[in-house]
Amino acid sequence: MTVHPIIAALHKHKAGVVLIALQIALTLAIICNAIFIIGQRIERVSQPTGMHEENDLFLITQQWVSAPSADDPGGLEKLDSMQQTDLATLRNLPDVASAAPIRSLPLLRSGSVGGIGLKPLQQKDTIDANYYYGDEQALSTLGLKLVAGRAFTAADVQHKPMRDQGEPVLAIVTKPVADKLFPQGDAVGKVIYLDSSGTPTTVVGVVARLQSAVDTAGSSLTWYSALFPVRQDANFSRTVVRAKPGRLEAAMRAVRPALYAVNPMRVIDDEQGVRSFVDIRADAYRADLGMAILMSVVCLILLSITAAGIVGLTSFWVGQRQRQIGVRRALGARKIDILHYFQLENLLIAGIGAVIGILLAIGLNLWLITHFEMDRMPVIYVLVGVLAVLALGQAAVFVPARRASNVPPVVATRAV
Amino acid sequence: MFAYYLDLAVRSLKRNKVLTALMVLAIAVGIGASMTTLTVMHLLSGDPLPGRSGTLFYPQVDADPTNDYSHAEPLDVMDYRSAVDLWSAHRADRQTLVVDSKLKVHAPEVNLPPLMEMMLSTTSDFFPMFDVPFQYGSGWSADDDAKHARVAVISADLNNKLFGGTNSVGHTLRLRDTDVRIVGVLKPWRPSPQFYMVAGGRFANGQTDDFYTKPEDVFTPFTSGLEINDGNFWQFTCWHMPDTPGHLQNAPCVWIRLWVELGGAAKVADYRSFLAGYAAQQKALGRITHADNTRLRSLMQWLDFNHVVPSDVHLQTWLAFAFLAICLFNTVGLLLAKFLRRSGEIGVRRALGASRRAVFAQCLVEAGLIGLLGGIGGWLLTLTGLWLVRRQPSAYADLAHLDAPMFFATFVLAIMVSLLAGALPALRASRIAPALQLKTL
Repeated sequence: MTVHPIIAALHKHKAGVVLIALQIALTLAIICNAIFIIGQRIERVSQPTGMHEENDLFLITQQWVSAPSADDPGGLEKLDSMQQTDLATLRNLPDVASAAPIRSLPLLRSGSVGGIGLKPLQQKDTIDANYYYGDEQALSTLGLKLVAGRAFTAADVQHKPMRDQGEPVLAIVTKPVADKLFPQGDAVGKVIYLDSSGTPTTVVGVVARLQSAVDTAGSSLTWYSALFPVRQDANFSRTVVRAKPGRLEAAMRAVRPALYAVNPMRVIDDEQGVRSFVDIRADAYRADLGMAILMSVVCLILLSITAAGIVGLTSFWVGQRQRQIGVRRALGARKIDILHYFQLENLLIAGIGAVIGILLAIGLNLWLITHFEMDRMPVIYVLVGVLAVLALGQAAVFVPARRASNVPPVVATRAV
Repeated sequence: MFAYYLDLAVRSLKRNKVLTALMVLAIAVGIGASMTTLTVMHLLSGDPLPGRSGTLFYPQVDADPTNDYSHAEPLDVMDYRSAVDLWSAHRADRQTLVVDSKLKVHAPEVNLPPLMEMMLSTTSDFFPMFDVPFQYGSGWSADDDAKHARVAVISADLNNKLFGGTNSVGHTLRLRDTDVRIVGVLKPWRPSPQFYMVAGGRFANGQTDDFYTKPEDVFTPFTSGLEINDGNFWQFTCWHMPDTPGHLQNAPCVWIRLWVELGGAAKVADYRSFLAGYAAQQKALGRITHADNTRLRSLMQWLDFNHVVPSDVHLQTWLAFAFLAICLFNTVGLLLAKFLRRSGEIGVRRALGASRRAVFAQCLVEAGLIGLLGGIGGWLLTLTGLWLVRRQPSAYADLAHLDAPMFFATFVLAIMVSLLAGALPALRASRIAPALQLKTL
């Protein structure tokens, strides 16, 4: 089929052609950027924290009622023994695999961040990192993957008031921290200085990955973490518990009665006191997920509106050209020729729209980069978008084109 | 004539129900999406204190003596010494210090478990300066500030929780370990954003939801608050570690905000030079290094500087308008099809003496009617959209309601969009040559 007569016919419908082409162009521009945003958010939501089998984990946050102060030595020992009793109780529960005191968890959105330097009393820290504090069981309970050095032993663990300013003696850092501070790959055994202090802290191990507890909006801080062998004592305590596989709910149910039985002088919040990690994760990513869903809905509605527009306008053209179609049919065109005519016509218009749309999509992406710190969109998104709008056009044009192909040749003879 | 055109429009819309429904739906969806985001935008970017914001200013001095960074901007909040010095100078019409902290709140007369609430420690000018409405009692006096009085003002929320909404003035509240007397209860007060605490927005990467949290539930005099909750104050940032965490009065940290009220340009200029003079004097004393790095931004300038509206909200607004544009193109196409299909009818009208203008008006009335219908649909979709926003976990969720101006804006926008969409098709329809059409009838 030659394209020439189609182009000639389109000259008669400039307004309609321009409208459909522009609509397709805008749809393409928005859809590929929206899909790109969806992809980014989903990538963010699904990135691993570095903890193995994290769905078996849950976090207990509880507060002591009329607890002694951690700032005097007697109170500190009392608090520590209370915490030790709790840990022993939890570790003895039938559905619990292991438990460890912890200051924070990845994605908890509450934790502590400090600076790590390579020299004593360094004015400006080399990097910022998340501080995690736990005991010898923390590494195995969290399920972190040790890639160099060793885990903490019971002898390494100190206990301190939470607000103690002294630096821990030992540390385990994540691989990104080790790579940044010691590019030769020999971090184990090296000395670091925390928060511009003059006291050294020795790196004894490196774990592959441990995500930040605070929201870092994708900065390098996300993967800079350090774990210290310190059991912190304060008027509240947090414990991370790993349930035996498949026993999460039973373990979470058993916690409250068991803890109240050993010491009733405490408050475990009804909602936030015992939280599964699944819940913590869902909470942290709720906004991202919401945005992804919103974008998907927008895309779907956009595609349907554009499709509806194409159906409407093509139907009108078919109605307008009844007589011409009749003449063509009378002169020997087959049904399939008429169908192809409208399909090809739509492909041409959608093609023009797609070309404009590619430019718009890239322009929109550049604008988003400058205004919303978005990344550059890979070309594949545009290509997929182009295919999508071309397919959409073909699907939308099919019904009116079929109707056109069913116009009987006898129409040509009427009322000419 | 308008009634006649309206009648014609209704008839025409009834003739092809599917096409009509498609156009109404397209406009409704476009309006629904853009009005939902526009309403959120309107609520988040509005002036928190209309009429007053022009007289409120946020002074900044650069107290960080180190040279670790460029010092292009002073730190967002102030250290204790600068803040208290500037406040005690009383060089503005009114001035207030604010700092917040979390503490345990308990009402000894009420049998309820203690609550963890945010406390704002501030000075007596806070309430008149920011037009804070009182339900019972009033704020405290300047004398109470000076005497470290153990008094407090509580929010309507906390009053409902603890005292069932009754007049609790005179009752006792235990803040951590200190008993204070309630002197005032606020009416529900929800400034958007919580402007007096805004700071650090330029470091937030567009995630500024927290600027829209509710005001604190307990307000105490600045001096008393620092004593009651000593050891529990968080720094905004420090250039060295504080000796005693949570006690920041002499620490190398910034953690206090100062607001001043200045009525008139002359007073603003005076205060600006006072601020510069103070910084220069402190430099002479050797306490600060970057003396020329002072700022005096107005409330709205300060909010702009902090990019208070979250970037996701901006993104959604742009998206919604692009969406509306597509719906507009769509409607233009469909209207074009609809009007030109009636070429014969229009030809007859023209032949019978109707002017081009009359045909144009008739078509526009039809487009406007579609816009009105789309506006009703758009209004319903906007209500649905805002309901969805309210179910989101963001700090501003509870603010998302359609107020009267935005309700009218919905219909104005819908009809404007449809008239805009109708203009080109109507123009084409009015240009139809009657002779040609009559020949083909």
